[in-house]
Parts: sequence; structure tokens; C-alpha cells
Amino acid sequence: MKQNAVAVVGAAETTKMGKIPDVSVIGLHADAALNAMADAGLKPSDIDGVATAGISPVELAHYLGIKPTYADGTSVGGCSFMLHVRHAAAAINAGLAKTILITHGESGRSRVGAGGFGRAPSSLMGQFEMPYGVTSPPTMFTVPVLRYMKTYGVTEEDLANVAVVQREWAALNPRASFKDPITVDDVLNSPMIAWPFRMLMCCLVTDGGGALILTSAERARDFPQKPVYILGTGESVETPMVSQMCDFTSSTAFKISGKKAFEEAGITHVDVDHLMIYDAFAHLPLYGLEDLGFCKPGEAKDFIRERNTAIGGKLPVNTNGGGLSYMHSGMYGMYALQESVRQMRGVAAAQVKDAKISIAHGVGGMFAASGTIIFTNQS
Amino acid sequence: MARILPEPTPETRHFWDGCRDGELRLQRCTDCNHTYFPPRAFCPSCASRQVEVYAASGRGVLWSYVINHRPRPDMGTEPYAIAVVKLDEGPTMMTNIVGCQQTPEALVLDMPVKVRFEKQTDDISLPLFEPAQS
Repeated sequence: MKQNAVAVVGAAETTKMGKIPDVSVIGLHADAALNAMADAGLKPSDIDGVATAGISPVELAHYLGIKPTYADGTSVGGCSFMLHVRHAAAAINAGLAKTILITHGESGRSRVGAGGFGRAPSSLMGQFEMPYGVTSPPTMFTVPVLRYMKTYGVTEEDLANVAVVQREWAALNPRASFKDPITVDDVLNSPMIAWPFRMLMCCLVTDGGGALILTSAERARDFPQKPVYILGTGESVETPMVSQMCDFTSSTAFKISGKKAFEEAGITHVDVDHLMIYDAFAHLPLYGLEDLGFCKPGEAKDFIRERNTAIGGKLPVNTNGGGLSYMHSGMYGMYALQESVRQMRGVAAAQVKDAKISIAHGVGGMFAASGTIIFTNQS
Repeated sequence: MARILPEPTPETRHFWDGCRDGELRLQRCTDCNHTYFPPRAFCPSCASRQVEVYAASGRGVLWSYVINHRPRPDMGTEPYAIAVVKLDEGPTMMTNIVGCQQTPEALVLDMPVKVRFEKQTDDISLPLFEPAQS
């Protein structure tokens, strides 16, 4: 894909975050979309492309009164929005649409107008995972981790430390759900969810949403906000069943998506100023740092313990507080993208000084899918 | 509350019939010899449709697990391990480990396990695993 040919010109989250019992799922999509359009100085009639997950792009377009020439309903879990950005960039380059709106909205906590999380008993997951007592993501996403811990000598303290460091970032963010400092002991004494995972190693469950608007870099200069360019992108998928991951210590989808994005961007790891790794659970940043190539296998725990990802570290990671402390409505990828855009605009609550390149790396399902977007504020 | 059970499809029927009849059945490609799971009508390694069903050893090792403390009414009231075993033939398979305590001390990674079929209905038996002598 062409570097820097497409830019984010509108970006916003829902007006409220956390607990929003008076807005339905589609209402959260619309609230975020209207905020992003206001950010870009656009009206629905200016939008000619739509992309979303969770609901259909048909619902989105109709609800907002948009008559698009481009619609993307890619739905591969929480990283769907990374894939939407990637596809939108390609679509704009190919002339399929000029101005594409990508939305997320989820009533994860209040469940207003929300669907269920069921799997058909005849699906592969219904036949070969559900009968053994998996329930929600905490009982599935965590299944490979003991193998990773044994292979690399990773301890429960190492997992807990991921949550501790991210809470430090969250403390700088007025919109974060959890801001009070925590210790490793606090994490290890929090209620057991699915051993070895404690509550504070698991993401929040909240209500909220976000939206992005993309257009060509050429047009981006005419918009009110500082353009944030798409420098490189990647995506991949592996398996709908966590028990069928080919390697329990690494995500194949992460590796493929990350490598492709770095190749497209033409950058190396030392060029990266800021990194978002979708953290549904405390092990995700460990897998992400290793599978994206920032650390060798098994070394991410030391990298985090040595405070490289913390405030003042050489690679600030999950600076909004992450899914563990900021917010997590169900498909968190949109919030990782929003924080990357804020960092590139220079307006983040915990702004990384002089940051020029930011990566938002997402996971979908239980290591099922992945998407990686590399942003820059340099044209 | 009745346990959540699988609903076989034509492509997986041989597996569940095997469980009902006390045999753990895998599939193998007759072109490239790759053994795979879950069932499908072709080899996921080389895409050949020349595949056969065979009786596996029913043996493997405990590969990874969590001990779930979240409610799942059909699984009872005590924490239980959601496990993955790595079969001697190669594939991994989600299951439960039975015949031992559901604790980190009793559930040691790489310990040998063997299959034990637990009848749920006339049609469905689940392939669970128990500790085995190496």
C-alpha cells in the first residue's frame, strides 16, 4: 500500500464513557460518529463510505442517513477497526470512496440493545470447546498462557506487573475508569477469575464507542485537525478456537500482521515512539511485544519490569491505561486507534513528547485475528 | 442443569460416533500423512480430499489450562480446569481433566493423560482425560 496517501481527519470517542444506561448500541455508534464528524467539520452527506463491526454497515448508514458507495462489514472481533482502517485506506487509494467513516459502539456493561455472545452448538467452537465449560473470554483467551509461562519462566507476578504499569498511565487520564495506583500484591490478591488470572489481570466491561474519518492525504490538509497519516498496515487471522492455535506461546496472526505493517511503513523498531497493544488480558502486551519484534521471545516480562513501557520509558505502551484500566466495551481496538491518533495530534492526556510514529496493534477473538496500523504525523 | 453438548455435523459425525463407541478418532491425510483435528473432509495441510479416519491412541500430555472460577451452571459449583491436551499423534484438543484435584498442584503441565469417555446422552459421550502412567 502507498505510504502517507491517506489520513485520519476526524476522530472521537462517545461523549460519555463507562456506564451509559440511557444509550443503546446503535445510539453509541451514532454519538461517536457525530462527534467525529464535528471534529472533522463534516456532515453525514459528506460521507461516502462506511465501515463497522458488531452491527451491520447497513444499519449504520441508514441510521445516520448516509448513502455510501463503499461499505465494509468486516467483523473479526476487537481488531475489526484496524482492518477497517486498512481496507478504507486501500479503498480511498483505489477511488472507491473519498471520505470513509468507521464506527464502534458497544453497551458492554449496560447491555442496552445488545445481542448475545452465544455460539451455535453445531459450530466448531460449539462442538469442540463449549462442552468443556468455557464461558466468557476470561475462560478462553487465558487458556494458552500456562504453556507460555512454563516455556519462558514467566510468573504470576510478571502478569500482575503488566496491570500495575498500565494503571500508572491511567492515573494521568481523566477519562480512565480506574485511576488509583495498584501494586503487584493488589493484583495477586484480587478475586480469582480463571487461575492464574485474577480480576485485575482482566479488562474492564464498560459502555462506549469511537469513530474515525479517513480521506486522502491530499484533501486532509483542508480539514481543521492536524492530519494523522497511515504509514503502514497489516492484518491476519488464525483460528476461531484458541485450543487450535499452532503455537501457545505466540500469535501467528500477530506476527503476520505486524511484519506486513512494518514492511509497508518501511520503518524499524527504533523508529517507533508510541505503541498501543490491545490488552484484553495481562498477557496480551507480553505476546504483542514479542510477536511484533520489540522483544525476543520470553523477554517482554523483563522489558516491562525494567520500565521501558512505563512513564518515562523508551517505548511508552498503552498510554490511555489500556483495556485493563481505561475502558473496554467488548471490541477495544477502536480505543487503541483513538489513543494513537491523539498521540499523533499531540493532544493525549499522557502525551509522549515529540512522538512522530505510533502503532496501534489489535487482537480479535481469542487470538483469532489481528490488525496493525502504523500512524505518523509527518507528511 | 443439563450440560451444554455438541451438535454433530456430517463432517464431524465420525468423531462423535467414535466417542459414543469408546474410541478417539482422528483423521489423517493419505497423501501427506498429516494427522489433524478438528474433523473436516480434507487435509488442512495440503488440501487433499484423500483422508481417512483412524483410532488414535487416546494418549497425550497436559498442554495448558485455566481453572475457571466463573459461574457456568451446567458445570457444577466448584472451580474446574478447562484444559488443552496435546495428543501423541500431534493435534491439540480442548477437554476437562478428570480423576484428580482441580488445583495447580495436581495439574502439572506435560503430565501424561489418557482419554476417558463420559456418557451424556445415548448419542453423545465427551472425551475427557485423566492422569495416566507414562
